[in-house]
Amino acid sequence: MSAPGGPARTHAEAAALFAADEPRAHWHDQALWFVRVKRDRAAAQLPAWEALRTAAEAIKQHTLSDLATHLETFERNATRAGAVVHWARDAEEHNRIVHQLLAERGVTRLVKSKSMLTEECGLNPYLEARGVEVVDTDLGERIVQFRGEPPSHIVLPAIHIKKEEIGELFHEKLGTAAGLSDPAVLTEAARGHLRSKFLAAQAGLTGVNFAVADTGAVVVCTNEGNADMGTALPPLHIACMGLEKVVPRAEDLGVFLRLLARSATGQPVTTYTTHFTGPRPGGELHVVLVDNGRSALLGREPYRRALQCIRCGACMNTCPVFRRSGGHSYGVPVPGPIGSVLAPTRSAAAHASLPFASTLCGSCADVCPVRIDLHHQLLAWRRDLVAGGFTSSTKSRVLGLAAWVLRSPGRTQWVGRLARLALRLLPAAWMARLSGGWGAHRELPVPPPESFRDRYRRTHGRP
Amino acid sequence: MPTVALFVPCYVDQLFPQVAVATLRLLERHGCTVAFPEAQACCGQPMANAGEAEAARPLCAHFLEVFGRYDHVVAPSGSCVGMVRDQFPDLVPGHPMLEKVRASTFELCEYLHDVLGVRAVQGRYPRTVGLHRSCHGLRGLRLGSGSERMVAPFDKVKTLLGSLEGIRLVESSRADECCGFGGTFAATEAAVSGLMGRDRLDDHLQAGAEVITGVDVSCLMHLDGLARRTGRKVELRHVAELLAGEGA
Repeated sequence: MSAPGGPARTHAEAAALFAADEPRAHWHDQALWFVRVKRDRAAAQLPAWEALRTAAEAIKQHTLSDLATHLETFERNATRAGAVVHWARDAEEHNRIVHQLLAERGVTRLVKSKSMLTEECGLNPYLEARGVEVVDTDLGERIVQFRGEPPSHIVLPAIHIKKEEIGELFHEKLGTAAGLSDPAVLTEAARGHLRSKFLAAQAGLTGVNFAVADTGAVVVCTNEGNADMGTALPPLHIACMGLEKVVPRAEDLGVFLRLLARSATGQPVTTYTTHFTGPRPGGELHVVLVDNGRSALLGREPYRRALQCIRCGACMNTCPVFRRSGGHSYGVPVPGPIGSVLAPTRSAAAHASLPFASTLCGSCADVCPVRIDLHHQLLAWRRDLVAGGFTSSTKSRVLGLAAWVLRSPGRTQWVGRLARLALRLLPAAWMARLSGGWGAHRELPVPPPESFRDRYRRTHGRP
Repeated sequence: MPTVALFVPCYVDQLFPQVAVATLRLLERHGCTVAFPEAQACCGQPMANAGEAEAARPLCAHFLEVFGRYDHVVAPSGSCVGMVRDQFPDLVPGHPMLEKVRASTFELCEYLHDVLGVRAVQGRYPRTVGLHRSCHGLRGLRLGSGSERMVAPFDKVKTLLGSLEGIRLVESSRADECCGFGGTFAATEAAVSGLMGRDRLDDHLQAGAEVITGVDVSCLMHLDGLARRTGRKVELRHVAELLAGEGA
């Protein structure tokens, strides 16, 4: 998922850098909060919203409980419809399969629509190193591709970039006039640029939102129509999907499509929802099913529920920490609450800070359209990371000492008296420094003359 | 009336005794016989939320032993009660008192509203008040419907507060965003925590709040510390104090 060895910084370090630019952090927070509010309005319009979430969760749990059968049904029906199905054990095998398909057909120009899976597998650098030009055609993804950085959000890849910065970027990369910031003008420039890439492409690669077992179709949802543009012209369409994307029946889409766009962007449905059932006449459709740790996760309670995820990004939009720390602070392709559950399943050592990048406020679990208990999973990770020795031993010792004090009312009273005395007598600046991260931003409490216990004994006598 | 055991969170005992005093008065005013078991200690939440299960376990067991013999346990804290209900089963599974104590432990407003059936509190609080909906009370104990879920709206804390004579409740633009306290998060992710808290303060101030109240002293302590550091003028008071008519 990330570079070997994982992100160089902990989440807290990267987040502190992001939050240090307070006006920008506020701007980022408000941009994503706007999406959260749109989601609330869209969800409120469906009287059956909570019932749909429950149904979606049930369908996913059912599917995951017999995943192999559903995948084989999908393979059989997709093959019958004329697609070729490939199985990839890991990222390396996925990349090799895609490259081989391209190389066998002499493809050197590939257009891609959005696929977080290919980000996970590192497909772009793999293909570029082998002489294939890869053009991400989702506008946000093209922007981050120009900047040479990964998406910061799975649905809104360039949400961290301001329109003025995009104006500068397009001026440099596309030769547009300097100083542009009108989104309509910038989008028009990108359309012109991408149109030439679509026309020149020899193959199109898409992600997959849902693979329908009983019809063998893959369903791709976009707002820009770029998946359709990218697959309508070239003869080769490669669709890449994680194993968890399969749903048993076409009618299940009636649940998921109603939840997906409303959760992701607050739209009733994505602008384009395309069902690819076999190749178009004269073309080829190859579907690559990728495991890359998913079947191992399937056997791992409680984290297996993370496989229910439909990648709507709602947990990112609602997360007050994500909104103020930015997607890049997580250092993984899928950031935010769901990413903080998934990343340590790959490398606990590299991503040990992520489950702590949360106040456990639980908003993520309540917006999740498939009802993943995200904040409980983050808490479970904290326990596993501590037990596995992946966290700071100093922090463990401090909390162990605190527990020893707090276990005894006598010791607590003694330490409490000392603390109240210190708060009264010592200079505030000393106390602020002594209290570390707390004192850097906040004043300490004003000490009362006595504890509740002392007072209770005075007024009620010893029991 | 049943005998209610008052659980006072460790830091409330030591630093915010007025909140425990108000809770005690409020319960007594509603006809409860209140006991304060002096053997009580911390519920273990600070350790448990940090993943330090081994450090938390003895505290959980101690809590069950101290409170197992009471009809009801009431605490002026959503998060400590959430700890008992949601985390104790993982930390001290199979403890003989586990299920009894889980079923009989309540957050203060929840107890007044659900167990005693109180809908209106006698008292006066003629000030402009913003309600901070602390996450563990809201989404853990479901003291309110929450802005994420599409269910019939309800808010037990607001119902009780709204019954006070003269109170003006104002709503901030984000009804239930987290304040950023988050236990050890406040120290380990101090920058984001501080930003979150200052944003909550500003949202409430913009709505016109003179006083911000809530069910968890931890959130209020964090917000108060931020307000005093940055010169934002607002009073932070626990809901028990308002319901008991203190500081009006």
